[in-house]
Amino acid sequence: MDHALTSFLFGIYPYIALTVFLVGSLIRFDREQFTWRSGSSQLLRRRQLRLGSNLFHLGILVVFVGHLVGLLTPVEVFDAFGVQHAFKQLAAIVVGGTAAVFALIGATLLLHRRLFDARIRKTSAPMDHAILIILWLQLVLGILTIPVSLGHMDGHMMVLFMNWATGVFTFQPVAAELIEAAHWVMKLHIFLGLTVFLIFPFTRLVHIWSAPFGYVGRRGWQIVRSRRTRSPVDSRYPS
Amino acid sequence: MKIRAQIGKVLNLDKCIGCHTCSVTCKNVWTSRDGVEYAWFNNVETKPGIGYPKDWENQKRWNGGWTRKKNGEIQPRQGGKWRTLEKIFANPDLPEIDDYYEPFTFDYEHLHNAPDMKAAPTARPISLITGERMQKVEWGPNWEEILGGEFSKRSADTNFADVEKAVYGQFENTFMMYLPRLCEHCLNPTCVAACPSGAIYKREEDGIVLIDQDKCRGWRMCVSGCPYKKIYYNWSTGKSEKCTFCYPRIEAGMPTVCSETCVGRIRYLGVLLYDADRIEQAASTADPQELYDAQLGVFLDPFDPDVQAQALADGVPQAWLDAAKASPVWKMAMDWKVAFPLHPEYRTLPMVWYVPPLSPVQQAAESGHLALADGMPDVGSLRIPVRYLANLLTAGKEQPIVLGLKRMMAMRQFMRAKTVDGVIDDSVAEAVGLTGNEIEDMYRTMAIANYEDRFVVPTTHREAAEDAYHLRGTCGFSFGNGCSGGQSDTNLFGPVRFAGGKPRKLSQNPTEAE
Repeated sequence: MDHALTSFLFGIYPYIALTVFLVGSLIRFDREQFTWRSGSSQLLRRRQLRLGSNLFHLGILVVFVGHLVGLLTPVEVFDAFGVQHAFKQLAAIVVGGTAAVFALIGATLLLHRRLFDARIRKTSAPMDHAILIILWLQLVLGILTIPVSLGHMDGHMMVLFMNWATGVFTFQPVAAELIEAAHWVMKLHIFLGLTVFLIFPFTRLVHIWSAPFGYVGRRGWQIVRSRRTRSPVDSRYPS
Repeated sequence: MKIRAQIGKVLNLDKCIGCHTCSVTCKNVWTSRDGVEYAWFNNVETKPGIGYPKDWENQKRWNGGWTRKKNGEIQPRQGGKWRTLEKIFANPDLPEIDDYYEPFTFDYEHLHNAPDMKAAPTARPISLITGERMQKVEWGPNWEEILGGEFSKRSADTNFADVEKAVYGQFENTFMMYLPRLCEHCLNPTCVAACPSGAIYKREEDGIVLIDQDKCRGWRMCVSGCPYKKIYYNWSTGKSEKCTFCYPRIEAGMPTVCSETCVGRIRYLGVLLYDADRIEQAASTADPQELYDAQLGVFLDPFDPDVQAQALADGVPQAWLDAAKASPVWKMAMDWKVAFPLHPEYRTLPMVWYVPPLSPVQQAAESGHLALADGMPDVGSLRIPVRYLANLLTAGKEQPIVLGLKRMMAMRQFMRAKTVDGVIDDSVAEAVGLTGNEIEDMYRTMAIANYEDRFVVPTTHREAAEDAYHLRGTCGFSFGNGCSGGQSDTNLFGPVRFAGGKPRKLSQNPTEAE
């Protein structure tokens, strides 16, 4: 691959994607919170959703957390804990691969439902279709990287990817060169992954930001809002 | 003691004629939009029947409302907080749109544009969701109107519990009633408890339960949590919506649209004072049949000086205390005990109450089906309606219903004696534990039902609640984003279908597709 292109895609594009991801999310939350929702279509068709949505979400959450921890933890931390690179590579393939297959089955069900059920198709926005297709392709690409990874089970490629990811976050764009030699499937997977971040604020994916973990910590059950001011009110009106 | 005030509501089913004016005016004001075509914040059901959405009262199926755990605490029947989050990707208790009905319109344009044909052109149904032609309309917003549909389906009504199945058919010949339903604006709402985002809240000032449209994320737990199925998921905006109790009108001292337009004058609005600290305890009452009494215990007497002093200290305005004394809701629910909560066994402490219908009882008595005791029909002897009404209004406890019906009958008898025979017979009143004056007040409120007796709604004291100075010159109501109505055609963050009012593909001539 052309050196300049590599340097752009893996050295500069990540910053563009992540900036749009963060700033875009912030602007949308601030200006258009009414559009900030999960966009569930369960009401219109239950069929295929219960299995599809659960498989997809659980699978992709495992994959996402796996990528987050696996890529962004500095390799020295794993070394300090005595985690062999080969073992980490194997764990990533087994756990990530299994979760990805679950997620792909779920995504396929959801995609089938979205494309072929008239109620869902007619009420979908173009972006609803686009993001689901992109995620489906990304899952396929991710699974296709497994045979490539099986070719270097010592984990040295994986360490390169880790160094690249941490390099991006420590502002060393030269890190792009680390993965210049990587297989094109890997590169495509990374590129599409960054693209998901790029379009994130313009899709229903924003609901991820609002994962309601706070609910568990909520005290009691009821919520009462008051418009009465806390400060003492005008004495003309009994408070 | 923490005293709050709420605008409560009573519907006098004895006078409901089932005209659906409430439903239609409500729909025109609130839900004539994309995504909520199927939603009726107010609807009128013919009972017995399975209602809207289908079988909504069957909580074994829908898991709405609260359940009391072994340790005496209550939690939403669909599950505690972790359990709720577990179901967030796909909510197993969520009704599908077919449980309400697939909203439809008719291909009226075809009547204008049809070419010369052998048969007269017809306006066939078109789905308001897909815009495609529907082969058959399977269900509608009021499919069981006047006992429509098949008896076998209707008899699945859960209020038939403990009524012998053999008498269903016989029962239908003498008994039918209308049940207008809207959000109950409960004291202990399950929707609020079930919302993972914390977007639903009860207003301290007037008790109205609202959904914050900005904070709603569309997790859908409120839809299944509400046992009355009065929260609707807007499939277009991805947010839940519900009856707002017409709060902009209530704040201005006006009755809700459904109340204002009720031609039968069956709807009453008035202030009830309640003790917020007693809610949880009352909702946790062990015996479901005691929940009705427990809820009565949460309400506070507006004539009690201690209550008045505490209410003022807790921020209830004097005007609201005055309104509480004249509240028709207080009179019917607490003084005369002729109004009852809808399904108290859901443990939500609902605030829209119902006066049970007397007519079928009276009719049955006059046609000889029912024993007359001292010239009055013996309500207790007509076991079936009482049982049915008790299942609907008091978790199956018959005694309060019987007393309520007797009092309404006594009112008729007393006023008949007074106006026809010219005799004031206080013994009639005393027989049901009331005085002649109380009966006359009942008559004025429930039978004559003048506008100002039905609606005693104090205005909201906005001026005491917030400094409105910064609101001058602003745009008033909007969907956020400053003065944007949220209606821009090119919105970077939302698809075109969020552009309210913009016609979807539906407006294309459906015949062109052929």
